Amino acid sequence: MNHETQEQKRYQKRVKEKMPKSHALTQCIRAFIVGGIICCIGQLVHDFAQLVVMLDEKGVSSFTSIVMIFFGATLTGIGVYDKIGAFAGAGSVVPITGFANSIVAPAMEHKFEGYVLGVAAELFSIAGPVLVYGITTSVIVGLIACIV
Amino acid sequence: MDIMNYVWAFVIGGAICVVGQLLLSFTRLTSARILVVFVTAGVILGAVGVYEPLVRLAGAGATIPLTGFGYTLAKGAIEGALENGILGAVTGGVAASAAGITAAIVFGYLNAVIFKPRTKK
Repeated sequence: MNHETQEQKRYQKRVKEKMPKSHALTQCIRAFIVGGIICCIGQLVHDFAQLVVMLDEKGVSSFTSIVMIFFGATLTGIGVYDKIGAFAGAGSVVPITGFANSIVAPAMEHKFEGYVLGVAAELFSIAGPVLVYGITTSVIVGLIACIV
Repeated sequence: MDIMNYVWAFVIGGAICVVGQLLLSFTRLTSARILVVFVTAGVILGAVGVYEPLVRLAGAGATIPLTGFGYTLAKGAIEGALENGILGAVTGGVAASAAGITAAIVFGYLNAVIFKPRTKK
């Protein structure tokens, strides 16, 4: 028994040596670059809406959200976003395209459970909590603004 | 189209993603929880007026990260509250972010129906 734990310890040590260390710094640099690029694409869409489509301020921000979510959802559908995510970590999670990814990916995975409790319910497995906390906090903020 | 807009969008957008990466690397938060934290943080930062200058400086660099979604919710709720009182406080947030929410549901649904999941390696 004791011998076995010794062996296990040695094994764990070897695993630790052989395993590639999770380079937090490298991962941060990747997140910075990919996140920055996604935001620059967003800026490009924003400028297109403003200068070419000539929308007003609210229209521009709606247009930008719609287009970026379309990109995120479609890239997830064709399987490209997962590959970006494997490289970029949080750089692909935090932008709104990552929110779209979090909607499509689980819905697609659970398609075998049907179109109501599979696809439609799983659309909200991550987006649901985001909306619950986001919207609830915003209502609290609004109510405080009423009083102040 | 000013090139500096793109520089700031890149720098601020990248920096917000690095905050997410730090949370992912050094805490036990999963990416789902990080999304919740970011949207809530966006609402609070938007409400206290910290996020507005960042949006003016960085444009999409501040609005594209999920904190920007929170900022839009907060801004809508506050504007609604000032215009229509309590009713506006309730409807303002979702009204301001209706485009994003609807696009997410519709494009999300269509993509999930059209495409098949790939087997993970």
